[in-house]
Amino acid sequence: MTLTGYLRTDGRKGIRNGIVVTYLVECAHHVAREIVHPFRSQGVQLIGFSGCYPNAYSHKMMERLCTHPNTGAALLVSLGCEGFNKSALLETVRKSGRPARLVVIQDTGGTRKSIADGQAWIEQTLAQLGATPRIEMGINELIVGTKCGGSDATSGLTANPAMGRAFDFLVEHNAACIFEETGELIGMENWMAQRAATPELGQEIIKTVGKAARYYATMGHASFAPGNADGGLTTIEEKSLGAYAKSGQSRISGIVKPGDVPITGGLYLMDMIPDGEVRFGFPNINDNAEIAEMIACGAHLVMFSTGRGSVVGSAVSPIIKVCANPKTYKRMSDDMDVDAGRILEDRATLDEVGREIYDLLIDVANGKPTKSEALGHQEFVLTYKSFEPLGPACFPSAA
Amino acid sequence: MAFFQKTDGSGVLLLAPGDNIAVATAELPEGTQREVDGQKIVLRAQVDVGHKFAVRLIPSGSRIVKYGAPIGVATRDIGAGEYVHTHNMTSDYLPTYTLEDGRQFVKEVK
Repeated sequence: MTLTGYLRTDGRKGIRNGIVVTYLVECAHHVAREIVHPFRSQGVQLIGFSGCYPNAYSHKMMERLCTHPNTGAALLVSLGCEGFNKSALLETVRKSGRPARLVVIQDTGGTRKSIADGQAWIEQTLAQLGATPRIEMGINELIVGTKCGGSDATSGLTANPAMGRAFDFLVEHNAACIFEETGELIGMENWMAQRAATPELGQEIIKTVGKAARYYATMGHASFAPGNADGGLTTIEEKSLGAYAKSGQSRISGIVKPGDVPITGGLYLMDMIPDGEVRFGFPNINDNAEIAEMIACGAHLVMFSTGRGSVVGSAVSPIIKVCANPKTYKRMSDDMDVDAGRILEDRATLDEVGREIYDLLIDVANGKPTKSEALGHQEFVLTYKSFEPLGPACFPSAA
Repeated sequence: MAFFQKTDGSGVLLLAPGDNIAVATAELPEGTQREVDGQKIVLRAQVDVGHKFAVRLIPSGSRIVKYGAPIGVATRDIGAGEYVHTHNMTSDYLPTYTLEDGRQFVKEVK
């Protein structure tokens, strides 16, 4: 199957060519949202960071998203007095060869003038981006993430293992695949360690999950929503078992943290639990927090499984929704790209659904909109976290 | 960890040999009879899609095993055919958050 994408100056290729409009503090959120509104069906998307105080994690996340291969241009919206290093971010985006602009509300003269200024730039930039050609792209140039949300006991039986099969097919083609939610891999650490490329990496995986278990113990309970229990999941280990199935059967090539882009193909575990003391509350305040982090790791698209029925999409990268539960699919088929619950109704095998997800993934990469994209879902959230750099054991193939 | 490829139409799935619970792949009413792992089981409660039931006696304090992996521990004796969930098992790791905990927060606010 042929794949095409938009070539960026860093050599990476994107499967979308959107414009991100990013507010650099909550105080600039309204102006940014108003700028996006008339263009929201034309690939113009809202992202942002609410905090007023600068932080290395939020800066890295913003840099990665504004220079993501799926991002063609970026408009930064600042109130003016916030702590975010806007000139450094602007500089990074410009250096990447992308059209970029900074609107400072206090300098521009307030809400109305800033919205007009931003919208004029968007109009002009959309026309410019329309001329970008798509060129041939290898499957080995793709980065794909996987996530589960609104899980029930069918997630681990159908959608998650089927997405794991799709991951296996992708890894065979040397694409980079990222799975995550170390807080929802508690109990699976020793099994994962056995799949690590090196024994040292295996030890790092065990440490990473231990960090997650300590973090959630401080928070008072596991990464577990009441709907999970209503859906038949009883314990975090059971939920983990299902979540783990998303990773497929490939060897684990390394660990990344939010914003680290894998430089070779293979299967990667994203460690999304902040390092150091517990300071920032729940590390996954909702599903979109981790989706944004995988996208910051370069994910071109994210496969998302749901049993209870999540409807979310994302800014920057398309989300493919794989529905695990046949009853949920019947109720919410408008939101679902794949009906994996067929496996429970004797209507398909796991491998068949895995292959269907893989084929759809290629179509979506080539421009076919997913259900959540067509419905206009562009959820985005970014909160405070902090991370220490990865040690060499986390990335054996780089050595 | 090997995954099953296909269901057999019985509405019941034993995910790995040796598991002491099986999962329902269809809504199974109380009283449903099925043969699982060579044993006749009568369901003592309704079991919804994806939910699980004991396929043999699980003594209090012993591990619940699904897909060949421990997913928690029985908090009381669980008989064959009994529904298995938060009322009779618990995590070895972290507490499970339920809506009951949420009601506790509401009390704290008041």
